[in-house]
Amino acid sequence: MIVKLSFESIRETKWSEYATRFVFGGVVTMLAGLIADKFGPEIGGLFLAFPAIFPASASLIEKHEREKKGNQHGRRAAGVDAAGAAMGCIGLMAFAAAAWKLLSRLMLWEILVLATCVWIVSSVIAWIVRKRVL
Amino acid sequence: MTHELVLRFVIGGAVVSVFAMLGGALKPKSFAGLFGAAPSLALATLSLTVTNKGSAYAAIEARSMTLGAVAFFLYASLVCYLLLRRKLHVLGTTALSLIVWIACALGLWLIVVG
Repeated sequence: MIVKLSFESIRETKWSEYATRFVFGGVVTMLAGLIADKFGPEIGGLFLAFPAIFPASASLIEKHEREKKGNQHGRRAAGVDAAGAAMGCIGLMAFAAAAWKLLSRLMLWEILVLATCVWIVSSVIAWIVRKRVL
Repeated sequence: MTHELVLRFVIGGAVVSVFAMLGGALKPKSFAGLFGAAPSLALATLSLTVTNKGSAYAAIEARSMTLGAVAFFLYASLVCYLLLRRKLHVLGTTALSLIVWIACALGLWLIVVG
């Protein structure tokens, strides 16, 4: 299956929907910092992988697909997105493990670049493997 | 403190929005879903954490984040099953299942670290 970039969906998304994601993302980032301050980095770190904007994103995906193709398609699109997110989580684990192991060894910008590469490569490999197996 | 919180809000909101926009532009949907688990929060806060609290503190956060990511995997798999097989309501399912993420993340933390 070929991966495509379509700017049409960006144009279709309303500004209010972007604002919703911005506010959710901002609030959760703030909360993760506050939790780390209150309970320490061990608990705070858990929340760096909190799927906070997932419900908002999934319901926006469902809404867009429902408007285009009907009720069943909306729920299915959100479910398929969740399947992709599960594969992305494998990359997220790899990102966190890379950052953990590299933090005391490299410069910050090197860690960010390397860990992001680790995330994208492992996520894509997980996605390809899942596509071939299932 | 307030300054740092505002900075976290702005940077976090911006990074999350960029990944959401990128995910929205990609097809097929299952590939776009990868961006639903992008390391947005970590990318937004890692620089601030290292600058304010040091690398050792950030490394402890990153170690815990691996467990949070395992919990996210379980959460996303459950949501996928409930939406595709049980045909439940999207917002209700994704929001209520966050309880599963919290239980799994804290449970894993207790088993591995605590």
